[in-house]
Amino acid sequence: MIEIQLQTDDFEIGAEQKTVRKRSFDIGALIAFVGLVRDFEDERKLVEMQVEYYPGMTERELLKICNEAKKRWDSHFIKVIHRYGNLCLGDQIVMVMVASKHRKSAFNSADYIMDYLKSRAPFWKKESTLKTKKWVIAKKSDEDLLANWGTSK
Amino acid sequence: MKILYFSWLRERIGVPSENIETSALTVNELLSELILSDMRYKEAFSNPVSLRVAIDQELANDFSASIVGASEIAFFPPMTGG
Repeated sequence: MIEIQLQTDDFEIGAEQKTVRKRSFDIGALIAFVGLVRDFEDERKLVEMQVEYYPGMTERELLKICNEAKKRWDSHFIKVIHRYGNLCLGDQIVMVMVASKHRKSAFNSADYIMDYLKSRAPFWKKESTLKTKKWVIAKKSDEDLLANWGTSK
Repeated sequence: MKILYFSWLRERIGVPSENIETSALTVNELLSELILSDMRYKEAFSNPVSLRVAIDQELANDFSASIVGASEIAFFPPMTGG
């Protein structure tokens, strides 16, 4: 089973985990990765991060990515929550939760989903400081990670 | 045909989407039409190699892709999710 949620609201990871734990008793491993809004590594100070997405296509791409992970590692349950709109330092941006029978399947699925989410799901981030507002430029290193997963999508 | 723009492309063109009449057969032909129609497009699409295109919400491999029969074309810079 796969669930995709795009929302402006925050999410509660404990509640998400609890829902999955109670759903099925053939799960031995539960991974919940959370991506956070972090500050710049130089003297700039992040004031706000704006996240934009492509309604319709973003959900489709995320579903495709999760389906591939489920197929490759036989994970039982996958849930992706991605927030959009305006976020601040320390806010949760994304959650990828995978429940599987065994840990390797869960680790691999979550890792694969995050790698593809970053470079293939239509999201764009804009970072604002007190002085400037700039769209984040995609990193080649993120794109290169996809090669590790074999046949590209 | 509905054309959508995201991220800085949306800001430079000034609208998130628009409906246009076109006889273009490929993404490249559509781009040429847009660029000829207004300076805003010429400036926004000055470096199309850095852009991505989706045809009916499917990422296309390159701008030579056919858009015949498509109803929605989206242009955007490389994604930065997560």
